[in-house]
Amino acid sequence: MTRKMIKDHPILNFEHEKKKVVKFTFDGREMEGFEGEPIAAALHSNGVQVYRITPKHERTRGFFCAIGKCSSCFMIVDGVPNVRTCVTALEAGMKVETQTGMGILKPEK
Amino acid sequence: MKTTEILVVGGGPAGLSAAIEAASLGCDVVLMDSDLKLGGQLIKQTHKFFGSREEFAGTRGFEIGNLLFDEVEKYKKEGKLEIFSNTTVTGYYKEDGIVSYTIGEETYDLIKPQRIVMATGAQEKRIAFPNNDLPGVYGAGAVQTLMNVYGVAPGEKVLMIGAGNIGLIVSYQLMQAGVKVAGIVEAMPRIGGYWVHAAKIRRLGVPIYLQHTITEALGDKVIEGAVIQEIDNTFKLVGEPMKIDCDTICMAIGLTPTCELLWSAGCEMKFVPQLCGYVARRDAMMRTSHPDIWVAGDAAGIEEASAAMVEGRIAGLAAAASLKPEGCQMLKEKSTDYLKRLENLRAGETGAKIRCGLEQVCCECWG
Ligand SMILES: Cc1cc2nc3c(=O)[nH]c(=O)nc-3n(C[C@H](O)[C@H](O)[C@H](O)COP(=O)(O)OP(=O)(O)OC[C@H]3O[C@@H](n4cnc5c(N)ncnc54)[C@H](O)[C@@H]3O)c2cc1C
Repeated sequence: MTRKMIKDHPILNFEHEKKKVVKFTFDGREMEGFEGEPIAAALHSNGVQVYRITPKHERTRGFFCAIGKCSSCFMIVDGVPNVRTCVTALEAGMKVETQTGMGILKPEK
Repeated sequence: MKTTEILVVGGGPAGLSAAIEAASLGCDVVLMDSDLKLGGQLIKQTHKFFGSREEFAGTRGFEIGNLLFDEVEKYKKEGKLEIFSNTTVTGYYKEDGIVSYTIGEETYDLIKPQRIVMATGAQEKRIAFPNNDLPGVYGAGAVQTLMNVYGVAPGEKVLMIGAGNIGLIVSYQLMQAGVKVAGIVEAMPRIGGYWVHAAKIRRLGVPIYLQHTITEALGDKVIEGAVIQEIDNTFKLVGEPMKIDCDTICMAIGLTPTCELLWSAGCEMKFVPQLCGYVARRDAMMRTSHPDIWVAGDAAGIEEASAAMVEGRIAGLAAAASLKPEGCQMLKEKSTDYLKRLENLRAGETGAKIRCGLEQVCCECWG
């Protein structure tokens, strides 16, 4: 799937072509994004809007505040739950998963 | 444990300005910002700013940001300013003045600063309606982040809630990005924002529904539409519900100061409607009731970037001068000019609300 990016803009020049494209997976599906952009932005441009399912009422949640404050975009990234995907940079090979419920913390290594 | 003379929390226009001034007096400054990029709300603004020439009126927001970054770079090179981005300050412990923070999601650490400038900006307000938690309901700041910083369209057709300046400006920006705006919903009988912004929107044929509110968002897992309805002067629903076809609902109903850290520090706080929430009491130099803590920008009351930058400069300078006696003369000279600039920004009819708010929280000087 091609990403939905804004290309022609009267004021801004995003220079998407100069950015480094990396591969990552979302719930096992391979996707592409730019290195360093927020994980949430990469997902959104790939058409993914549901980032987690709430523990009690099982409501879908996604992007909301984009400044790391509201906890709406928590996901499991490389096994770590409750990652604020709006302020976490995308890296090559990241394993991003929908978070269902509270997320389980692994004991310290 | 890490130490510093000055810690600036928040790297928006207020925090950057504070850090620049404090470093210019020779202080060692650490600035922490939770976002991946510095600049706060300022770097998302593509329109030309209002205000006075000293405060870059006529320049686009993100370009003003670049000017600040140049100054920041200079002090970084001189080794006076250390920047931590993607670093969230999570607590202030008043027993010993220690500040806790996390870098990214997993690295937790502590720092002990001698002085702190809190420039944490603001958070979006929300309103209650069924399904307001579904993906597709986004804050205006978030919509701007997606489209203006990262070049990602937030959706195909957006319903804007709120016809204040933010609602109007973001609607226009959406259209510049090639996104359709289904309409703008405003509870008040008149447009709250500046007329120039409203006129641009109207010319493009976007309906502005005055005295209307959103009663429901439609959709199962994500937004598939919205229902709006007319309200009367007492905000009671009248008329028939109307279905709006949209895949995104953008909330531009206002901001409220981010003030948790000020509360934890025990600063005297007051609820001031004109400043949009709880704010710290402060003196003219932006010092709070806590002698080591200053405040600046939207965190001190919702205003504009122009005022945020001047407040930041004052706070940074004053915090630094409290550590460097030789800086007091500089503070005296510069602050006269800065205070004058603030007065100009807040003059006239448009500044009346802010002036009224400030009267309720500003004190001459802490004894
Ligand atoms: C659509 C829109 C249009 C606007 N138009 C104008 C205009 O024309 N003219 C004008 O003057 N102003 C305008 N503004 C307002 C202006 O952008 C804000 O008033 C200004 O950005 C406030 O600056 P600030 O530094 O106080 O806060 P912000 O810009 O909000 O920055 C705060 C920073 O603090 C960080 N932060 C918060 N909490 C923490 C924490 N715990 N730890 C670490 N970091 C933290 C945040 O990540 C953020 O980067 C507009 C705003 C919007 C949304």
